[in-house]
Amino acid sequence: MIEKFENLTVPGPTITPITKPFWDAVARKEFILQKCCDCGEWVFYPRSHCPHCWSDQLEWKPASGEGTLKTWSIVHRPGHPGWAEVTPYVLGIVELEEGPSMLTHLLVDSDQKLKIGQPLKVKYIKCNDVWLPFFESKE
Amino acid sequence: MGKLQVPKGAIIGIGELTPVRYSEGVTTLGLIAESVRLAIQDAGIEKDEVDGLLVGPQVGETPQHVPATVAEYLGLEPTMSNVVDLGGATGAGMIWRAVAAIEAGMCETVVCVLANINEKGKALRSPNRNPIREFDVPFGASGANTSYALLKQRHMAEYGSTQEDFALIAHWARKNAQLNPKAITYGKPASVEDVLNSPLIVDPLHLFEIVMPVAGGAAVVVTSAKNASKGGHPPVYLLGAGEKITHRAVSQAPSLENAPLSYAIPRALEQAGLSVQNMDLLSIYDCYTSVVAQTLENAGLCAPGRFGSWMKEHSFGHDGDWPLNTHGGQLGFGQADLAGGMSHIIEAVHQLRHEADLRQIPNARHALITGNGATLSEAAALVLGVEL
Repeated sequence: MIEKFENLTVPGPTITPITKPFWDAVARKEFILQKCCDCGEWVFYPRSHCPHCWSDQLEWKPASGEGTLKTWSIVHRPGHPGWAEVTPYVLGIVELEEGPSMLTHLLVDSDQKLKIGQPLKVKYIKCNDVWLPFFESKE
Repeated sequence: MGKLQVPKGAIIGIGELTPVRYSEGVTTLGLIAESVRLAIQDAGIEKDEVDGLLVGPQVGETPQHVPATVAEYLGLEPTMSNVVDLGGATGAGMIWRAVAAIEAGMCETVVCVLANINEKGKALRSPNRNPIREFDVPFGASGANTSYALLKQRHMAEYGSTQEDFALIAHWARKNAQLNPKAITYGKPASVEDVLNSPLIVDPLHLFEIVMPVAGGAAVVVTSAKNASKGGHPPVYLLGAGEKITHRAVSQAPSLENAPLSYAIPRALEQAGLSVQNMDLLSIYDCYTSVVAQTLENAGLCAPGRFGSWMKEHSFGHDGDWPLNTHGGQLGFGQADLAGGMSHIIEAVHQLRHEADLRQIPNARHALITGNGATLSEAAALVLGVEL
């Protein structure tokens, strides 16, 4: 199930100087997020300025890599042809324990019963030579 | 908030190309020119009376200097021009901006135009290097189908809405399109069962719940209220507008239920001094069934999560109690890229001029138009009426 992603020819992240620490951490199998030194809010995706208070004092901190499911969809016909090999696959929006939400690939069977609020945890997957933070069921 | 002033502008001309599934041998600039020519002709004015120009972004063909490129192509020298870039809300966003520019004294008559080609086998991809490209696409989430499937699934999981509820929206769109010979699904009605039997593209979205991309174009001529009666048709006045942006990527939406339309619609109605109950036509942006569901709820026509049972109690044809997307909506008419959003305005003008032929709503006086861009991210609403 996991090896199948390694040889996909799909677009990887377009990494910027601001976001590079996040992707470098993922490659080390670490999940880090920015936290605002001024207002204390956690921030995702990584930014130069806090979207809550516009402070430029954002600090990288280790994060839980856990969250809950907000919604999901099962892709039968992907928008990028490179993903066709692994259809159907499940995408989800995860509300991270720290607060922000992220979209991710869920490592669950497409016929598995999912529900809002279901606990999830990060699982690092190598996809087309890049490590990505996929998520799987916490149980 | 103090009492909002009603804007002083009107639509006096419309031009719309008949959608075609795939275009061949034409350019976007060419489709823009034809749309504008039709709109000016419909307005009964001369080309040289146009002194304002609003255009959309052009992915692929003209990435920059879009107004200058379009003005040069059309031989116009506008004293006000701009790009409006609000996805499916662009058309609605253009209309109030045109009136605002006229009220600011920058120009007198504005052409708002959107068009695009659709060539077989060629996707118009923009080489994004932005957050949605970096943080959503790498997980396998390219394109709008995925995002709208996530929104529909949330509605179903949160409220218990059913596939049949959503299929009813696509059924009505196809049914209404049978009275519009220009619609891409003319001659192709679809029952609720047909919708449910169409392939799942991104579960829970079926093929018939998703707009069909087509080639086409639309243009609208806007002028000041005092000039509005010069044209060849009864003017259609802008009575109110509302607009809001809350996010770009669905993963970053502050709420998956409360779209920015829940601000834009009441704001437009308040400015018009009208309630949704006064609307004779709901011209609701419908790139996907789920957008209509959420818009009906955001407009306050039913409680959150209850669109399905509400729809079963009402009728949505031109002769129904709630005429909805009488041109077939984009689900029935086809989506010519950003011009798809303009189709809701064009239909409202037809209805308010009482020139909608077989699908004419009796005594239509007011229409609510919505636009929706990205994934319930960019919202615009307009109230149009037959008198100020």
